[in-house]
Amino acid sequence: MFITIAIFIPFLAAILVPFIYKWMPSRKIGWFVLFVPLTLFIILASFIPSVAKGGTYIHTMRWIDSAGINFTTYLDGLSMIFGLLITGVGTLVILYSIYYLSEREALGRFYVYLLMFMGAMLGVVFSDNMMVLYVFWELTSISSFLLIAFWYHRKQSRYGAQKSMLITVSGGVAMLAGFIMLQTLTGSFSVREVIATIGQYTDDTLFLLAMLLVLLGAFTKSAQFPFHIWLPDAMEAPTPVSAYLHSATMVKAGIYLVARFTPVFGGEAVWFYAVSCVGLFTLFWGSFNAVKQTDLKALLAYSTVSQLGLIMSLFGLGSAALNGGYSADSVIYTQATFAALFHLVNHSTFKGALFMVVGIVDHEAGTRDIRRLGGLMSLMPVTFTIALIGSFSMAGLPPFNGFLSKEMFFESMLIIRELDLFSMGSWGALFPVIAWIASVFTFVYSMIIVFKTFLGEHQPDRLDRPVHEAPIGMLIAPSILGLLVVGIFFFPNMVGHYVLQPAMAAVYPPFAGAEGMVPHISAWHGFNYAPLQLTLGVIVVGVLLYLSLRYWRGVYTIAPMRWSLDGLYNGLLLQTERFTTVLTRFYMTGHLRDYLVYIFTFFILVVGGGLVLTGSFAFDFSNDAPITINEYVLVFVMIGAGISILFVKSRMTAIILNSVLGYAVALFFIVFRAPDLALTQIIVETVTTALFLLCFYFLPDWKREIASRSTKIINAVIAIAVGAIVTILALTVQGNKLFESISVYFEDSYALAGGKNIVNTILGDFRAFDTMLEVVVLFIAGLGVFTLIKLKARKGGQDVEDQ
Amino acid sequence: METLITILVGVLVTVAVYLLLSRNLIRVILGTAILSHAVHLLLMTMGGLKKGSVPLLGENAESYTDALPQALILTAIVISFAVTAFLLVLAYRTFKETGSDDLDALRGVKDE
Repeated sequence: MFITIAIFIPFLAAILVPFIYKWMPSRKIGWFVLFVPLTLFIILASFIPSVAKGGTYIHTMRWIDSAGINFTTYLDGLSMIFGLLITGVGTLVILYSIYYLSEREALGRFYVYLLMFMGAMLGVVFSDNMMVLYVFWELTSISSFLLIAFWYHRKQSRYGAQKSMLITVSGGVAMLAGFIMLQTLTGSFSVREVIATIGQYTDDTLFLLAMLLVLLGAFTKSAQFPFHIWLPDAMEAPTPVSAYLHSATMVKAGIYLVARFTPVFGGEAVWFYAVSCVGLFTLFWGSFNAVKQTDLKALLAYSTVSQLGLIMSLFGLGSAALNGGYSADSVIYTQATFAALFHLVNHSTFKGALFMVVGIVDHEAGTRDIRRLGGLMSLMPVTFTIALIGSFSMAGLPPFNGFLSKEMFFESMLIIRELDLFSMGSWGALFPVIAWIASVFTFVYSMIIVFKTFLGEHQPDRLDRPVHEAPIGMLIAPSILGLLVVGIFFFPNMVGHYVLQPAMAAVYPPFAGAEGMVPHISAWHGFNYAPLQLTLGVIVVGVLLYLSLRYWRGVYTIAPMRWSLDGLYNGLLLQTERFTTVLTRFYMTGHLRDYLVYIFTFFILVVGGGLVLTGSFAFDFSNDAPITINEYVLVFVMIGAGISILFVKSRMTAIILNSVLGYAVALFFIVFRAPDLALTQIIVETVTTALFLLCFYFLPDWKREIASRSTKIINAVIAIAVGAIVTILALTVQGNKLFESISVYFEDSYALAGGKNIVNTILGDFRAFDTMLEVVVLFIAGLGVFTLIKLKARKGGQDVEDQ
Repeated sequence: METLITILVGVLVTVAVYLLLSRNLIRVILGTAILSHAVHLLLMTMGGLKKGSVPLLGENAESYTDALPQALILTAIVISFAVTAFLLVLAYRTFKETGSDDLDALRGVKDE
């Protein structure tokens, strides 16, 4: 129950923020906002002991029951980790932004978006129903879009926002298709039920397709290669946002999805290879590209891409354990997932701290360009310390938590060589090699962050203002994260036992209670421990590469810029835009006639074609009423008048012929026993004719239609076809009475509505609402007529359209 | 009778569609007016013609003609009148502002 409320609290707070901001337009509003995630974090943390014992909490709010869509929240170990990250990092980020953002910024808007994001993110991790999950998933994309474009006056911000939106939302739609396929297979939208029943459907073709589509959603969200290109551009967002959305939480939604669906798809070869290979390549590509960046935030963006790839690849490896179910041998592969979860937590701590540090540097020095920075160590000692902790943890050095998870990562990569599933063969040897190379680059860029920014020569002349340490308030949040980085290193098993162990149970339901799922994490395994040797190798080669950076930088310029994925994205966007413009110009001609031709052609094809295809012609003239001679005359008069309208030379004749038609219709109404209609028709026809005549006074005389012969013939063909189809359709309908008429009901009008004129009671009583709206239409038309006649367009700057 | 009226409706629709496809604004408006005549007749016909007395209970007849289409047509007549009136004034204003009633010449400005 609490979990359901927890999702909505941020949204409620988001609604309140604008009012409070109006009343208190200062940065103090942040303290109110801060209260929200802090409370949620504390309450959520109070669930830790019972969840650690294996408890889960489920609560269902009925919503669209008939479609199987219910608002079901589910708290287990996995959603607990993410819930804690979202609220915990959220608290720190808000604390940080209170000091980071100037009071001149639109703070109200900022916090509304941030709270909206927080609620959406909690919704993603706590929803059990896939449809609800999807809704929240897209909501995170939308709030991310709004936050990236927070400084919307900048072109780059808008570009980055659009890019992230396009990529993540299209991935989300693919994921939606995958979810629907899963529902088609299993008959349920609930993730838990899908997990329980999916085993019997794994041979279905839809299963594979659903897997790939869900992965597409996860990969786009978590910025995996080749979809990672949106993340560096998303760095246009204010730094607190980058720290929160684009490193600690939102980009991990994809990781969450993979973890959550591991019990569904895990154990399949495609899942194993797709997740681990994409992850591994992303790890390498991100770290390789991070080294060349000169903007600290771009560097961190690529490093985030790379670290997400690392976590992703570990989840891929860990899924191997699910092949063939539980056995004493397969438990060892689950350790990759444990490492993934552990690194997930660690990454949020050190990367959050690093982003905040970069924000501080940007804030104090006015630039994030490492070519202009340097020697800040003595000026910003606290910031430097936090940066050191974060970077060294990222590089995998002791005594920081990154060291522990990095060793476990190496270990998992080494173990996977022995896997004899999925026709792995000798390819398995490549895994640790790539992982090691990527780690070397990771080491290099981690060093760049520390040494290029804080050591070296200070260049005050290249900075806009003198640099000094940040205010205390800004340092609190990153310091807490820094302390966590160190703290987790010394007490890793507390995290392991209370937070990671229940999550392992959620990822591996068949392994419940198995031995060896949760290792005892320790920093020291002796010198013969292979991962330690790998780490030492990383340090040695990394230092050499860092020192020789300027000699091998040239490799980055080998491939020209336009070959990049960004170039592909921009080109694709441009081409699509061009193509749609050409297409739209082609059929949106601006000629009324063309549009009408489309409509009538469609009518002819669909209705006429339908009649022919279904062969539903059925004429039955037996019920026809007899015709008197007068009626024949009337019909021929109308046909004659109608056809002559087409050929008359003067508009006056045309309008008179039109009124002939109108009055003839009125006569028919009399014949057909409809006196009310006849009266109305006569009045309306008279007024209409008068109106036509009045307008003719102001309008020019008819010119001859200047139209080519072929156009005229086409028009005639269309007109005759439409007329013929209407006639045939009407005759067919008359020949087939499928239902009894409901009109008998109205013949009781005196008892029902107290009126003896049936038509009047229908209009004034049975369908009075309809009549009222009809009067509204008349009123609006009258207003329109009045406006068009009376109002003059103002000249000059009054035109709102142009603004 | 029904068949005859239906054919009449078909002819009127043909005339109306041909006028709608024209370039002249007034012809288009005339087309909509004729189209609504046709539709009213069609509605009437669909309910069956001359199948009873005038739908007034005071007549004390044995059966009444179908009142529902009549009510629908009554609404339709009024609405089509409103539309015609509005279109006419629109044509008037368009001509006053632009000096043309040729739809091709009135074709909007190129892209903004």
